[in-house]
Amino acid sequence: MTELCERAVDLALRAGASYADARIVERETESLHVKNGKVEGLESATDSGLGLRVLVDGAWGFAASADLDDASVQSIAEEAVRLAQASALTSPQPASLSEVEPTRAAWQSEWRTDPFGVPMHDKIGLLLEADRRARQREEVKVCESALTFFRERKYFATSEGSRIEQEHLDSGASVKVTAIGDGEMQERSYPSALDGFHAAGGWEVVESLDLLAGAERIGGEAADLLTAPVCPSGTFPVIIGASQMALQVHESCGHPIELDRVFGSEASYAGTSFLTPEKLGQFRYGSKIVNIAADSTLPGGLGTFGYDDEGVRSCRTDIVREGIFCGYLMSRETAARLGLPSNGAMRADGWNRLPLIRMTNVNLEPGNWTLDEMIRDIKHGFLLDCTRSWSIDDVRLNFQFTTEIGWEIKDGSIVGLVRNPTYHGVTPQFWATCDAIASKEFWKVWGVVGCGKGEPVQIMRVGHGTAPTRFSAVRLGGAQE
Amino acid sequence: MRVEGTMLELMENGLKDSGAGQTEVVVIGERTRLTRFANSAIHQNLSEKTHRVTVRAVVGKRIGCATTNRLTAGSVSATAHRAAELARLAEENPDFASLPSPGPIAAAQTYFEQTAQSAPEERAQAVKKIAAIAAHAGCRASGSLMVTEMEIAVANSLGVRAHQSLTESALTVIASESASGLSGYETATGYAHWTGRDLAALDIESLARVAVEKCSAGRSPIAIQPGDYAVILEPSAVATLLGFLGWIGFGATAVQEGRSFLCDRIGERVMHESISIWDDGLDPRGLVMPFDFEGIAKQRVDLIERGVAKGAVYDSYTAHKEGKKSTGHAFPAPNPYGPGPSNLFMATGNDSLEGMIASTERGLLVTRFHYVNVVHPKQTILTGMTRDGTFLVEGGRISRPVRNLRFTQNIVQALNAVEAVGSQPELHEGCFCPALKLSRFAFTSAA
Repeated sequence: MTELCERAVDLALRAGASYADARIVERETESLHVKNGKVEGLESATDSGLGLRVLVDGAWGFAASADLDDASVQSIAEEAVRLAQASALTSPQPASLSEVEPTRAAWQSEWRTDPFGVPMHDKIGLLLEADRRARQREEVKVCESALTFFRERKYFATSEGSRIEQEHLDSGASVKVTAIGDGEMQERSYPSALDGFHAAGGWEVVESLDLLAGAERIGGEAADLLTAPVCPSGTFPVIIGASQMALQVHESCGHPIELDRVFGSEASYAGTSFLTPEKLGQFRYGSKIVNIAADSTLPGGLGTFGYDDEGVRSCRTDIVREGIFCGYLMSRETAARLGLPSNGAMRADGWNRLPLIRMTNVNLEPGNWTLDEMIRDIKHGFLLDCTRSWSIDDVRLNFQFTTEIGWEIKDGSIVGLVRNPTYHGVTPQFWATCDAIASKEFWKVWGVVGCGKGEPVQIMRVGHGTAPTRFSAVRLGGAQE
Repeated sequence: MRVEGTMLELMENGLKDSGAGQTEVVVIGERTRLTRFANSAIHQNLSEKTHRVTVRAVVGKRIGCATTNRLTAGSVSATAHRAAELARLAEENPDFASLPSPGPIAAAQTYFEQTAQSAPEERAQAVKKIAAIAAHAGCRASGSLMVTEMEIAVANSLGVRAHQSLTESALTVIASESASGLSGYETATGYAHWTGRDLAALDIESLARVAVEKCSAGRSPIAIQPGDYAVILEPSAVATLLGFLGWIGFGATAVQEGRSFLCDRIGERVMHESISIWDDGLDPRGLVMPFDFEGIAKQRVDLIERGVAKGAVYDSYTAHKEGKKSTGHAFPAPNPYGPGPSNLFMATGNDSLEGMIASTERGLLVTRFHYVNVVHPKQTILTGMTRDGTFLVEGGRISRPVRNLRFTQNIVQALNAVEAVGSQPELHEGCFCPALKLSRFAFTSAA
């Protein structure tokens, strides 16, 4: 396959490209979906093809096809070059790429048990039992549970001489229940919302989740939430649970540090960023205890790899250090505009998509608190967890999240559930109130499998290491009842 | 791209090869050309060509699905075998009755040769025109011009045979003020969008001017306090709300599971009497598609008629549960989320946008929404931001541009507070709808 990539690159150079890179991507997915005791989805999918990216006169073109015969590869090369020539007609700022050492390498993520080889009967049995345990309360009207396994093999070649082969294997599981009663409806998810928990690894990832106990717990919580008091409005100290913190970091830090957004590449779709270049190294993003890093070497992360889709080696980059904004996620082109080397954040959603700057694993580093200590300090506040709704503006400042569940804290103890908790804020003001982060013992790497960006939309698998985190003054409320 | 002869032959082989009791083969072929531009120049210019072949095999009441993107005899046959193998490993689903039987499908013109032949040089020239119009007004242009050629074919072992060639094109233009040193909240932007099956119907220059005029009118926005405001929503903003309502409320699965606002309310008045909503895959004002992903003809379905809840849309699985017929709203299998509307229409009224503004003592004019999400599906509470042109209306005229605001609003309640319905509908996000003036809309925080 790498030879075919080399051939595509060679054809592009002959057609007039000054730079070319080619990727062949082969994907294999297996998904199982059980709903209310019935197997509603059992699917196996394969997908493969070749994408070729070229530079002509400093302008980009990209063509891709599932057909890999000689005529198709020739056609892709000619089309990519023609597209780049057309791009050049609009006089874009000529692309200049930061230096990268040509690499010949192979890399593979780690797993113990290949989930594709686990008997289907065992997988279905696990979901049916989780479904049964989640629906023990009569208020639970719907239970959906799923397993997803994803394998990707990539072959990559550039006109600069890089030749890289990589293989990833990810596994994940989810259970989600809906309780309905008296016109109210409440949802709970386990291990987390937004398609559940996913990590790099094999069947052992699923085995580590204790899906059955989790399913039983959330069934009870969803039923109890139906009659819980509505979370009050006002400004309170709030502890945000680790799974919700993953999305908080994702939306209010992960996206605004994408340097292509900063330079306007996504202005017409997802938006831009408030973290403009003059703020680099100067801007107070959060309180002094806030340390955030992007780390594509983190074991188990969905944003972990050997090399990005420009052939840049994986690495760890400080993003926020003691509260000060100090780093971006970068491509070779955007890094060059800042006079920096790329930190390897270019990732494409399959063979037919152009690499874009994407999150790797963007992690809030742990502090030194226990959860009990964080709760004990609160006179009147709340603990909120598990995403139900999320929204943020087009410069990544004004956000609003609703979580599936909340607990009221009075005089240092949890006193009961609250339903429909919604909090909102403005990114730097919010992070300025961060006053406690739980320790490594509470820290976990969460996989987000549905991060959307670009046109046509690309769905990326990214990771976030987080622990429960406390903020001293959070605005709650705003959602109508 | 038009390869239906070979494609249908491969599908017939797939039906034979599965060895299952019932088999369905769905092929989606797609060639997309997308030219994206930012800072008034093309920065991404791409072309992709692929197929997606999905085989659904049924053994008794056991169902398996397998998918490949290789449209060759060997891979279609292997995919059919894999689907049947998965079906045999699955548990029975007692709610499943059968794949659907064939019925008549209306002919529809959905393919335009000139659109399919769009050349990269033509798209580059379009971007140059847009950039020049923006530059003339001191703006930069961003956006995308997309052209897609598709083939969708559905066949099943009960005799369903449906095939359609389609083109689709879309242009989005965002004009941004060029001045540097402005923070995100201070930069004025304007928006315009067009989508249709026939690229020849696109007036590029007019669209660019709409975006530029919005941007120019939006310079130096002021911050205002959040709160309840009378609001005039342009068609794009209405389309976003309508699309979400369709997703969370108008599909039969949501109704059957008790998650929809329509539950136990069919026949009741749920919205203002000026609101009628329906789904119609054959109305040429929308993106025409005559059948669904089970190969069943799309029916026109009244969802809200003069404010009264009328019903939901069905696929064969949800229809069987109620002893009904599918309305032709299935999505590709496997799909545990159920059917949904994909060609929504809202009835127009007699009011012009200018008239709505003139009749407003104090309110907000909203061009579009950004990053909308569901806060509470059964209560139809959505949240999102305004974007690309939000204006304060005072004394019957636009007085000032304002910084973006966040709304959090029960949408069914909002559609009970209708004061005026626009006469000039537009197609956005698959929804054909007019502007609306609502007496009250909740803006819950500000930038």
